[in-house]
Amino acid sequence: MNVTLQNLTKEFPGRGKKQPQPVVAVKDFTFRIPHGKLVGLLGPSGCGKSTTLNLLSGLQKPTSGRIFFGEDDVTDLPPEHRGVGLVFQNYALYPHLTVKQNITFPLENRKGKEKLTKAQMAQMALEAAKLVQIQELMDRRPGELSGGQQQRVAIARALVKMPRILLLDEPLSNLDARLRLQTREEIRRIQRSTGITTVFVTHDQEEAMSISDLIVVMKDGVIQQTGAPQAVYDDPANLFVARFLGNPPINAFAGDIRGGQLYLGGEAVLQTPGLPDQPVTAAVRPEGFLPQADGPLRCAFRGVEVMGRDVTILSAHPDHHAPVIRAIVSAREAAAPAGDNVRFALKPDKVFLFHRDTGERIRF
Amino acid sequence: MDYAKLEKAALTRRRVGKALTYTLLTCWAGAVLFPFYWMVLTSVKRYGAYNAEWTPQLYTLDPTLDNYVQAFTEVPLAGYFLNTVIFALATTALMLLVTVLAAFAFSRLRFPGKELVFTLFLSFMMIPSELVVITNFVTITELDLRNTFTGLILPSVTSVFYIYLLKEHFSQIPDELYYAAKVDGTSDLKYLWKVMIPICKPTVVTITILKVIECWNSYVWPRLITDDPSYYLVSNGIQQLRETGFGRENIPAMMAAVVVISAPLIVLFLIFRRRIMAGVAKGGMKG
Amino acid sequence: MEKNQPKGWLYLLPAMAFLGAFLVYPLVDVCVYSLEEGYNFASQTYWGVGLYNYSYVLRDPYFLQAVKNTFLLVIITVPVSTGLSLLISLALSSVRRLRELYQTIYFLPYVTNTLAVGLVFMILFKRTPYTDGLANLVLSWFGVAPIDFIDGPYWAKMLVLCLYTVWIVMPFKILILTSALASVDPTYYNAARIDGTSKLRIFTRITLPMISPTVFYLVITGFIGAFKAYSDAVALFGVDLNAAGMNTIVGYIYDMLYGDAGGYPSYASAAAIILFVIVLTITCINLSVSRKHVHY
Repeated sequence: MNVTLQNLTKEFPGRGKKQPQPVVAVKDFTFRIPHGKLVGLLGPSGCGKSTTLNLLSGLQKPTSGRIFFGEDDVTDLPPEHRGVGLVFQNYALYPHLTVKQNITFPLENRKGKEKLTKAQMAQMALEAAKLVQIQELMDRRPGELSGGQQQRVAIARALVKMPRILLLDEPLSNLDARLRLQTREEIRRIQRSTGITTVFVTHDQEEAMSISDLIVVMKDGVIQQTGAPQAVYDDPANLFVARFLGNPPINAFAGDIRGGQLYLGGEAVLQTPGLPDQPVTAAVRPEGFLPQADGPLRCAFRGVEVMGRDVTILSAHPDHHAPVIRAIVSAREAAAPAGDNVRFALKPDKVFLFHRDTGERIRF
Repeated sequence: MDYAKLEKAALTRRRVGKALTYTLLTCWAGAVLFPFYWMVLTSVKRYGAYNAEWTPQLYTLDPTLDNYVQAFTEVPLAGYFLNTVIFALATTALMLLVTVLAAFAFSRLRFPGKELVFTLFLSFMMIPSELVVITNFVTITELDLRNTFTGLILPSVTSVFYIYLLKEHFSQIPDELYYAAKVDGTSDLKYLWKVMIPICKPTVVTITILKVIECWNSYVWPRLITDDPSYYLVSNGIQQLRETGFGRENIPAMMAAVVVISAPLIVLFLIFRRRIMAGVAKGGMKG
Repeated sequence: MEKNQPKGWLYLLPAMAFLGAFLVYPLVDVCVYSLEEGYNFASQTYWGVGLYNYSYVLRDPYFLQAVKNTFLLVIITVPVSTGLSLLISLALSSVRRLRELYQTIYFLPYVTNTLAVGLVFMILFKRTPYTDGLANLVLSWFGVAPIDFIDGPYWAKMLVLCLYTVWIVMPFKILILTSALASVDPTYYNAARIDGTSKLRIFTRITLPMISPTVFYLVITGFIGAFKAYSDAVALFGVDLNAAGMNTIVGYIYDMLYGDAGGYPSYASAAAIILFVIVLTITCINLSVSRKHVHY
C-alpha cells in the first residue's frame, strides 16, 4: 500500500508571552512512500521528523494537508482505526505485563466480529515472537529483558495486529553501539520478510543510510531532499544535506568562481566551465582528495590516522570552515608529505558547489 | 469501513466525554466551595434576617459587617488570634532551629551511630500522637505548665517528617561546596547559614508554611492544656463559640468568626500554592 | 573524606532532647500507665499492676460505642473517599483547561481549620426551631420529611460525620493521586491508543496497575487517619461526644484523660494502646494484601 503525504503542515500554538508565535513543526510536507519500502526520516533534533511520524500514526492531527493510505484519506481518522503499528523510542512496554501479555494486548482490544479466541491470539503472538526471535522470553516481564530484547518485544507488539504500515521512532537510540549494528540489520530483515511499508525516524545519518530504501532529509520542518541513500549522498541538493550525510563529514571551504575556475585560497583547484564569477561554498567529500606532489590545493599537514585499509590525512586550510580537513585515501596513495604542506588534487564528482548565501547547489 | 462515520462517532464520543468530565469536576468544585460560600454568606446576613429565614436564602441583598464587629467585641477573638499567632510563630521558629541543626548533622557530618539514629528517627514517624499525648499531658500538668505558652509550644515542636524532608534536600548539595568552604576556612555553622540554607530555601519555606498550617489548625493539644480562655487558640475559641453560641445562637456572628479564622490560612495557601501542594505531595499528612 | 565529627551529636542534641522528652519517654510511660491499676491522678498512687484497665475499657459501653462509630466511619469513608478521589483525579488529569483552578479549589479543605468548617457543616445540617436547615430544604424538594442530622437519629448523625470526613480527606488523596497519574509515562497511553484500546481497558489494564502502589498507600494512610478521627466529630457534635453517641476511640481517650469524665490516664492509656493495636493489625493486613496485588 502506498502512503501519500500531501502538503502536510503542523503548527503548535504559541505559548504565552515567552513564545507568542506559533511554532511550525512540519511545513508543506509532500512525499509518497511506495508500497513495501523502508523509509528513513532523517534530520537533526527539532527538525519535525517525530511530528511527521505522529501525524502518520494519528496521535497528532495536521493543521492542514492530507494523508492517504492507498486510496483512503485517513487524515481525520483517529489512530485506533488507522491500522498502524508504532514502536516508541522508549518502547512503552507495559511493565506489569509479561512479554506474551504485552504482545497480545493489541489483539485483546478487538471487538465484535473481529474478536479473536484465546488460542488464535496465542498463535498470532507466537508467530510475531518467532519473527523477532523472542519466543523463549514469553513469560518474562520487560524489566527482566535487555534493551535489545525489549526492542524486539516492542516490534512484535507492533506487528502482531498486521498493521498497514509500521512506524518506528528512533528505534536504535536506546541501544549500545554493538547492539545498534545488530538491531538495524534485524529491522531490515523483519521489514523484508513481512513486506510491510515501514517508516522510521532517526537523527543518525549512518543508521538511515545503511538500511533505508529511501531517505527523507528534513530541517526546520521542511523536506530538504528525498531519494535513495546513495543518490542523495552523491548528489546533495544543498549544503545542509551535503553536510548532514557522510561520516567523516564533508569538508566545506569558502571559495570563489573566477573565469570558469574554482579558487580556494588564491589557487585554482578545479575547472568549472560556464559558471559565472561568484563567491561559493565548495564542499569536498573526504574521499574526494587525491594526494599529489604537484596538486593545486595546498594544505598545512597536521597528521595521519591509520585505519587499516584506508588512511585519513589531517590537514588545515585557511578558507576551510573547520580547523581540520579529513581526507580519506587508500593506504597506497598516502605518500608521506614533503615538508609542512600536503598537496591535493580534487575529484570533480566529489566536489559540490553551493551559493555562499543560500546554500543552494550550483551544478557544473 | 466508513471513515466519515467513524470519525464523527469518535468526535462525538470525545465531546460527550469532555462534557461529562467537566461536569464532574465542576460538581466537586461546587461541593468544596459551597461551605465556604455559605460561611461568608451567613456572616454578612443580619441577625434578625437570618433567624427569620425558615427557608434558607441562597443570597442576601442586605449585607452587613455588624457580625464581624460582634465577633471581635463579644468574644475575645482578637485575643485568640494573637495567641495563635504567638503559638504558631514560636513553635515554627523552634521547629526550624531544631530541624535545621538535625538535618545538617544527618546530611553533612560524619560520626559513629549516625545511620542508626536516623533509622530510629524515621521509625518515630510511625508513633501515633494519641499514644504520647497522655504522658505529655501528665508531664505538662506536673510541671505546672498548663495555661502557659511554654506548655503549649514545647511538645508541638518536633516533627520528624520535616527533619527527613530537609535532610533529603541538604544531601543533594554537592560535597565539593563543603570542601571548598572548608578550604576557605568557613566554620560549619557559617557554611550551614550562608550556603546550605540559601540553597535549600524552597524546602525551608515549605516546611515553615506546613508547620504554620499545622499550628493554626491544632486543636487537641491546646484543648487539653488550656482551660483559661485567655490562652485559647482559634480552634478552641471556635469550639467555645459552638458550645456557648454567642448568647442567643447568633449564627451569623459565629460565621463571621469562622471567616476571620479561616481567612489567614487561605490567603497563605493562595500565595504559596505550589510550594504547599508540592510539600504535601511529598508525603505530608494531616495530623 | 572527613574524619569523625563527634560534634554531630551536638547538632542532634536539641532534636533528640525534644523527641526523647515528648515522644520516646511518653511511649514507654503510656504502657506503664496502662498497667497501673487504680492510678490516682491527684495523689499519683496506684494499688496494683495488671490488666484491669484494659478489661475496664473493653467493658465500658462508651468505649464500645466509640469502637462501633470508628469502625463504621472507617468502613464507609475509606472506600468512598478513595474511589471518589480516584474518579476526580482521573477526570482532572484528562483535561488541560482550568486544571490549575480546579486543583487549587480542591485543595482548600486541607488548609482550613477543621473545627471552623465543621461549624458550617453543622449549620447546613442542623434543625433548629427557626429553620430546618439547607440540607433539609434540598431533601424536601425530593419529598423527604425533615431530619435532624445533628441531634437526631444515629444513622443521620453518622451520615453527616462521614460526609464531613470525606470532604476533609479528599484534598490529600486527590493531590497524591493526580501526581501519581501525572508520573505515568504518556507514551503508554499513546501505545494503547494506537492499538485501539478502549478507555475502560486503558484504565483497568494500564493506569490502575501502574498507580496501584499509590492507591494502596492511600488506602493504608486512609485507614490510619480514619481510625484517629476526632476533631471532625467534635466540630459537628460538640465536645460531649458520649452524650451525642458519636464518640470515636480517640475521643474516648481524650475524654478519659480530661474533660467532664476525665482524670483517668490509666484508662486513657489502655484505650490508646488498644487503638494502636487495632491500627497496627489493620495496617499489617493491608500491607500483606497489597504485596499480593502490587506487581512491581
